[in-house]
Amino acid sequence: MAATDITKITEKSEWQDLTEGNQVYGAGTSKLFHTGEWRTQTPVFHSEKCKQCLLCVPVCPDSSIPVTDCKREDFDYDHCKGCGICAKVCPFDAISMKEGQ
Amino acid sequence: MKNTVEIRWHGRGGQGAKSAALMLADAAFMTGKHVQGFPEYGPERMGAPITAYNRISEDPIRVHSNIYDPDYVVVVDETLLESVDVTNGLNPEGAIVINTTKSVEEVRPHLKGYPGKVYTLDAREVSEKCLGRYFPNSPMLAAIVAISKVMTKEDFFREMEGSYKHKFAKKPEVIEGNLKALHMAYEEVE
Amino acid sequence: MAIRERLSGNEAISFAIKQVNPDVMPAFPITPSTEIPQYVANYIANGEMDTEFIPVESEHSSMSATIGASAAGARALTATSSCGMALMWEELYVAASNRLPLALCLVNRALSGPININCDHSDSMGARDTGFIQIYAENNQEVYDNFVQAYRISEHKDVRLPIMICQDGFITSHAVENIELLEDDKVKNFVGEYEPENYLLNADQPMAVGPYAVSNYYMETKMAQNTAMRNAKQVILEVGKEYGEISGRTYGFFEEYQLEDAEYAVVIIGSAAGTTKDAIDALREQGKKVGLLKLRVFRPFPDEEIAKALSHCKAVAILDRCESFRGQGGPLGAEVKSAIYDYAKDVAAFNLVYGLGGRDFTVEEAEEIFNDLEAYDKGEKAFAEYRYVGLRGEGYTVMREKK
Repeated sequence: MAATDITKITEKSEWQDLTEGNQVYGAGTSKLFHTGEWRTQTPVFHSEKCKQCLLCVPVCPDSSIPVTDCKREDFDYDHCKGCGICAKVCPFDAISMKEGQ
Repeated sequence: MKNTVEIRWHGRGGQGAKSAALMLADAAFMTGKHVQGFPEYGPERMGAPITAYNRISEDPIRVHSNIYDPDYVVVVDETLLESVDVTNGLNPEGAIVINTTKSVEEVRPHLKGYPGKVYTLDAREVSEKCLGRYFPNSPMLAAIVAISKVMTKEDFFREMEGSYKHKFAKKPEVIEGNLKALHMAYEEVE
Repeated sequence: MAIRERLSGNEAISFAIKQVNPDVMPAFPITPSTEIPQYVANYIANGEMDTEFIPVESEHSSMSATIGASAAGARALTATSSCGMALMWEELYVAASNRLPLALCLVNRALSGPININCDHSDSMGARDTGFIQIYAENNQEVYDNFVQAYRISEHKDVRLPIMICQDGFITSHAVENIELLEDDKVKNFVGEYEPENYLLNADQPMAVGPYAVSNYYMETKMAQNTAMRNAKQVILEVGKEYGEISGRTYGFFEEYQLEDAEYAVVIIGSAAGTTKDAIDALREQGKKVGLLKLRVFRPFPDEEIAKALSHCKAVAILDRCESFRGQGGPLGAEVKSAIYDYAKDVAAFNLVYGLGGRDFTVEEAEEIFNDLEAYDKGEKAFAEYRYVGLRGEGYTVMREKK
């Protein structure tokens, strides 16, 4: 089967439209899946308190803290599930959690 | 399967009865025959009784069962006469050949009244004389070919020489001894 | 010109492997299949082929590594028997559901226990629902021919399923018999190069293999697999016919021996078919109309074709070299009877079990089965169904009289 745009495969797809063996063609396709919709609590980034220690980055289970030139940026809310681990590890209270999206 | 000669080998694990059956199949194959050579497998154990079989035919062989009514039986180890019913099903028109120092008259009482031809061969003597060691399978192979006439003497020795040259390519010094053993055994029972 | 040779079944399939020269072979030894990796390793060491041989620590690993190699884009295979295959069980399903066209050279052997190294079909029959194509052989010639055809079937774009090439442990694997081999170039041309469209080592097209499939995808995935298996039927016939053109030996789903006008028939798989043919010849000389259907392809199961080939028979005995503990016979009996129910209801069909754990099956036993079928049909004797052929003592049977 030729490489397929898997964004066209949904839970409504008929069997013959699935890829062979459910193979997933193309890299990084989990980006297409917006897990941010699952969030019931949301981290808020207070950049003025942040020392750029980057402790929060490796503990994020969803790679939702983008880093550019050794500096973290605001959250990737498309994928952040709101688990709150980043807020726990931050030594400088630079991340707080709020209820809801 | 009228055109098929069936041979059953009785030996002990490690004596080369299976190899002899395969060598016989090889030689018969080279003379243009259809062949089967197969052992009856159990857990391989040195010294345990083993059985091997040959079918040699002008026609393709399809049957895949053991041989119950052989035309010929080869006994590679005479101690088996006490524990194994070696003449079971053996064709009275056929023959049995036994590796022993005893005479035909001495072994016949151990053959449960088998009425057919009985041959004996002291394969130990042949082997030790020609090879300096005890490998009973080559002398017994020559004996059964001489008795069963499944191929001519010329064909047999030509094919065996070729086969030994291939098999012992890395130790050519044993080829002559093996051929000598075949000749001595063949002529003894001929 | 075909090459006249004499080889054991294990030598024959190893020779075919050498001629096909696949990319990767991970394997772990187990009797009676051990000789296959042994011969292949020898060929590699002698420079006669350049397959990457991977010694692994178990059959779980050998099938896993075969799957990995196949997913990476290699033409891969392994070999095993009995408990070795049992240890692969999980991976067999993984190979099939991931649609990997790898080959498994199975040398059929009984499963423990009691521990036993001899032939029966309980290993492959147990794996009949894994999604592998299964092709069986009567002798060394057929196992050679089947392997040469294997990748043409499994790699076909309409199929892409793993394939199991089965032969009877010791009975054919270790018996030296005459065989006709094809020349290397003929085999290479027939099999061709493997060119997968998508594979893990293709840097231009990254991909993932074997994702989790939630309930909303699982059934659709199975239907795709099932469709591929059904497609395999046509491909098996095409490849078998094309193989006939280069070898003179054409293959289909099954061989019919004296079946055309047969009143009584036996359905059987593997080496015992040859023994049954000798029984048929003996009975035909007595004027009895008896025949054989030797099943070659068990997966996909050619149900309609089998039933139609048997539809003119008065009574049929289906012989299983496997116990399925359903209390009334084996898997071949169940499936052939089901086909007869659908397509040939008038045929009386019985199931017998034979040859478990290497128990010999003789010409005389085959003749007795045909005679029993005839006696049943003529109303002379009830047929003892579910009987174990060659069992000491009575055992469980169901006596069925003609109505």
